[in-house]
Amino acid sequence: MSLLEVKDLHTSFRTDDGIVRAVEGVSFEVEKGQTLGIVGESGSGKSVTCLTIMGLNPSRNTISTGEALWKGKNLLTAKPRELREIRGSEISMIFQDPMTSLNPVHTIGRQLIEAIQLHRDLTKRAAHARARELLKAVGIPKADARMDDYPHQFSGGMRQRVMIAMALINDPDLLIADEPTTALDVTTQAQILTLMKRLQEEFGSAVLIITHDLGVVAETADDVLVMYAAKVVEQASVDDLFNRPQHPYTWGLMGSLPRLEADLERLTQIPGQPPSLLRPPAGCRFHPRCPHVMEVCKTTVPPLAPSERDPAHLQACHLDQETKDREAAKLLEITMAGAG
Amino acid sequence: MFRYLVRRLLWAVLLFIVVTFVTFVIFFMAPVAPERLVCGGDQAKPQCMRAAIKRLGLNHPVYYQYGLFLKRLVLERSLGHSFTTRQDVNHIVGQAAPVTASLVLGGAILWLGIGLLVGIFSALRPRSLLDRAGMVFVLIGVSAHPVWIGLIFSYFFGYKLRNFPIHTPIAGYAHIFNAPPGQPGGVAQWAYHLILPWCTFAILFAALYARMIRANVMETMNEDFVRTARAKGAPEGRVLRSHVLRNALLPVVTMLGMDIGLALGGAIFTETVYNLPGLGNTAILAVSNYDLAVVQGVVIFATLSIIVFNLLVDVLYAWVDPRIRLT
Repeated sequence: MSLLEVKDLHTSFRTDDGIVRAVEGVSFEVEKGQTLGIVGESGSGKSVTCLTIMGLNPSRNTISTGEALWKGKNLLTAKPRELREIRGSEISMIFQDPMTSLNPVHTIGRQLIEAIQLHRDLTKRAAHARARELLKAVGIPKADARMDDYPHQFSGGMRQRVMIAMALINDPDLLIADEPTTALDVTTQAQILTLMKRLQEEFGSAVLIITHDLGVVAETADDVLVMYAAKVVEQASVDDLFNRPQHPYTWGLMGSLPRLEADLERLTQIPGQPPSLLRPPAGCRFHPRCPHVMEVCKTTVPPLAPSERDPAHLQACHLDQETKDREAAKLLEITMAGAG
Repeated sequence: MFRYLVRRLLWAVLLFIVVTFVTFVIFFMAPVAPERLVCGGDQAKPQCMRAAIKRLGLNHPVYYQYGLFLKRLVLERSLGHSFTTRQDVNHIVGQAAPVTASLVLGGAILWLGIGLLVGIFSALRPRSLLDRAGMVFVLIGVSAHPVWIGLIFSYFFGYKLRNFPIHTPIAGYAHIFNAPPGQPGGVAQWAYHLILPWCTFAILFAALYARMIRANVMETMNEDFVRTARAKGAPEGRVLRSHVLRNALLPVVTMLGMDIGLALGGAIFTETVYNLPGLGNTAILAVSNYDLAVVQGVVIFATLSIIVFNLLVDVLYAWVDPRIRLT
């Protein structure tokens, strides 16, 4: 049995302008100790997917259907109390902006200890020791002294380390990282990613990492889910995705990656804007921006189906296999030519 | 911290001098001869007026009079004597201040309680029936004038319902200690006489605070660190107490300090409607009698209360918000 099995997840928000379908029919599995990456532009539904699994969407205007089976138990229908017991102990989460994700009026130590004592019956002294241990593990210098400091006394990278310490403090089975490096500068990003990888090996947690950065995915993930406009457009192992990308949107994402080696005038970009989820385009949602658009794309929704070459590689595109192979090879050639 | 306090105190002294001097200047700019009023207005006898000028020092220039006033204040710690009644101003302010303080502090507890209750519950269930009712209360509260509320309360609780147990006094003040003979005194009578004034005085502030607290709580609930707390598995009650309210109520500390400081100078409307002998009433009476000494006494008390409460807020704020450091 998988650790987490998400089946046909739908999440919609009631807003004043109408119903926003933020996630439509997402399915995936996370195995023990594995890392799954979810990639997509802002507003493609990647964060909402995770917030839905955690039950952190505002209950007032959210409708979720489908299943999110955690060790066999459906989190979407779990009682608030059961969900609370899982949150922070079995599944924990790191957020995008470490500057605002910590409570400004409590010390770091107090917030770490709160995370422990919500789930474990530890004495204050033991909890304090455990918190110090975690601060050391995430590489905060003078961890003992910094327990009594407030969040504003830490830099962005250090705060994200504190967030990671807080997430790992109860040895979770799954760590959800929602754009953990987006708000940090580049050198800090690399440090945080290395730290997360090291800790994943140490703690043995599975990781679900959300990002818009294919570079982050390439470095950390085992499997990748590419989302566009609330739907999954491609799903494969990380090697497969980078060697044989099957969807024009993935090609666009890869083409827009800056490469030191490649001798290009300018980066390719995906033209246009992501569609509104209030009134998404008919047919394939990517068709208004797709350079390979055909008549069928405007009317028929392409199903997420196994590719002809590899049944484990899922994709949702009407293009014939030859065109896909050709485009993928072309893309790979650019990269290789530069690298060679 | 110590340096901060010293600097604040020096500023307070400067502020005090400016405020009292401006009061002085404004008083002498009014086209009225105080000595005439002191001696009975139109029928004032020249002899009496000459004596009054001499007694009150009105023949000296304004800056000289101001100097005398400061000297008396600093050396004798005396606010001087009333122009009209010749009573000691220290005594007059000393009599009126507890009345206003009772009204304002009791009112503050009431308005804070109502504001917190309405504000928090409205924020927790936005657009619900409870929220709508709360906001209707806010609208009425900020729109209704205390004098009007006072009259309505007096009419119903003092007159219409006079045969019911909820009947309350509509005028006057009962001292807790040393009530004058023949008058009601003690804590129970004191509170009993202040029920209506408290309610009247608190409604406006309760409405303002409810609206502010509602907005702050709603804003704080959307903060990332509240989501973090939920993601840790904290139950809603704990999230609200330890994470939402702790942050949402920071600005309330500032507001409360400033509002109480300001109101201690005299809650004029409420005091007038219920005929409470507080600082507001005293000031009005003194102004209409051109009694500079008493006006100055009330102004000094009001200035001091604002200075003290502002200082209190600053120190308290540094204590509740770790991001603020007093330097």
